[in-house]
Amino acid sequence: MQRTDTAPKPVSMPKLSRETIVNIAVMAILLALPLWASSIGEDYYVNLASLITIFAIAGVGLNFAIGQGGMVSFGHAAFFGIGGYTTGIAAFHSFEETLFVAMPFAISGTNQMLIIWIVAMVICGIAALAIGAISLRTEGVYFIMITLAFAQMIYYFAISWPTYGGEDGLSIYLRNQLPMVDAESALTFFLVCFILLLGAIFVSARLSGSRFGAALGTARMNETRLATSGIDPFPIKLTGFVISAMITGLAGALFAELNGFVGPSMLSWHRSGEIMVFVILGGVGRLYGPVIGAALFVLLETYIGEWTQHWQLLLGLALLGVVLFARGGVMGMIAGRARHD
Amino acid sequence: MTKPVLEVKGLHKSFGALQATKNVSLDLKPNEIHALIGPNGAGKSTLIGQIAGWITPDSGSIYLDGEDVTSETVASRSRKGLGRSFQVSSLAMEVSARRNVMLSVQASQGSSFRFWKQTKSDEELRETARNWLRKVGLSGREDIAVSELSHGERRQVEVACALALAPKALLLDEPMAGLGPTGSIQLTEFLEEIRPEIPILLIEHDMDAVFRLADRITVLVGGAAILSGSVDEIRASALVREAYLGEEA
Ligand SMILES: Nc1ncnc2c1ncn2[C@@H]1O[C@H](COP(=O)(O)OP(=O)(O)OP(=O)(O)O)[C@@H](O)[C@H]1O
Ligand SMILES: [Mg+2]
Repeated sequence: MQRTDTAPKPVSMPKLSRETIVNIAVMAILLALPLWASSIGEDYYVNLASLITIFAIAGVGLNFAIGQGGMVSFGHAAFFGIGGYTTGIAAFHSFEETLFVAMPFAISGTNQMLIIWIVAMVICGIAALAIGAISLRTEGVYFIMITLAFAQMIYYFAISWPTYGGEDGLSIYLRNQLPMVDAESALTFFLVCFILLLGAIFVSARLSGSRFGAALGTARMNETRLATSGIDPFPIKLTGFVISAMITGLAGALFAELNGFVGPSMLSWHRSGEIMVFVILGGVGRLYGPVIGAALFVLLETYIGEWTQHWQLLLGLALLGVVLFARGGVMGMIAGRARHD
Repeated sequence: MTKPVLEVKGLHKSFGALQATKNVSLDLKPNEIHALIGPNGAGKSTLIGQIAGWITPDSGSIYLDGEDVTSETVASRSRKGLGRSFQVSSLAMEVSARRNVMLSVQASQGSSFRFWKQTKSDEELRETARNWLRKVGLSGREDIAVSELSHGERRQVEVACALALAPKALLLDEPMAGLGPTGSIQLTEFLEEIRPEIPILLIEHDMDAVFRLADRITVLVGGAAILSGSVDEIRASALVREAYLGEEA
């Protein structure tokens, strides 16, 4: 007899996949450690967890471009930095009580994080629209190079803009504010970052599973198929690129808050490389991969870096190992190959 | 006389010194299977590539349903009703056959700019895709990754993808290749079945299938259409025997 789809499905507990278990474990550890550290008054570790969380958000953004859309951007520091500078500049004008733009209409600074986040994401989106519109006409190595070139342009622009500190960067003297909570508290700020990370992952997952996500995924797997199915690849990829940039831009805004400082280093190509490391180390296309990647990166930098200047050598070896032996990154090693339907 | 669904006028294409398409004109009428035959390297795939939009012709025009589509993108031509299968199938290999067809179904329904609803639980989308796969004879195989399907099955998936777009014309580049005898017979029957709805421009080396299916045959040699006629005319032509069919005819 043929099985019909109208038959009621048996009710059962959904079986958790290995990857889901890893995801839950990783997020639980990331949440538990700062809670514990805060309870014993060690804000240093809370801030370290915030750093991991923020880097993870930046990675989730880039992972959407690379893992879902196949767009290997080597210029995501541009968006990370733009997010950061938006925060710095808004805070600067708010602190000095000056106007950012006087004519034709007045735009003042603000110290409200919610507004800053939205503005930062919008500006990143516009920047990505322009950068993507040009870069996405190329492919492969050319795309990598042209995104790098755009990020470098913005980097040099920031260096040569004396109003906002030029090479020295810009200090944010008072952390910006959130309604109802005390963002000055390390733990509160961590929790805010953590919630935003969950939000970024959730949005990324939803989008990947939508019709848009199906089209974007096909752009990665086989662009010929996408076009043959009657869907123009360019607008799909451009939209994916913009969304990716906005998520990374939000991370940049949080990074500026955490450090109380923005500088051109946020825009440097090293930063682009680091964000890419989070993604590759964790596992390209794995939803929670960037969390693992960012955590490993920060822990290596903090603990091995304290012990030897050559921690990057170790990082390099770890990357080499992942690229050569575990194509799915650390997530691939623990949870096996990614599953498709 | 019935209006052609697809019309190609005076197409030229050179790759450097090589003239791959030399002043080719042909058309496809409703209810017909028009076969395109010719030796390897004759320029058949290049011609299909220009009709589908992958290759830009040096000169000449392409009309679909009376509309000039020469400067349209591949995607736009697909949406306007040009379905095709490739000589070497081109699918998203990592995902299931159903996923590939679902993409065509979603394109045929309009927007891919829908960001929230999950396709996994979109029963209508999944069911429509399954029906197309059943139609091409892939019932029960819909959830297998394309990379694990045989070459013949992949071809069938491609045809299902094309049909899901409700095409006005189909361009099939050697659909029988790699199918094996039973597969060929099944596909031949299937093409017979859809011919009344969708005319087909068929490139095929399997002469049994061509002679059985075709209403008209055009012979392409060295980029030029040297002859066009009914099956009997082509069979009888000394020119074709010499240029293409060789001794076996
Ligand atoms: N992009 C290209 N650049 C240069 N030459 C090309 C290109 N594409 C095709 N050709 C050449 O054009 C000629 C026609 O090729 P085409 O693939 O259209 O032949 P075909 O009739 O489909 O052959 P087959 O039966 O082997 O599939 C060949 O000589 C081929 O080498
Ligand atoms: Mg060919």
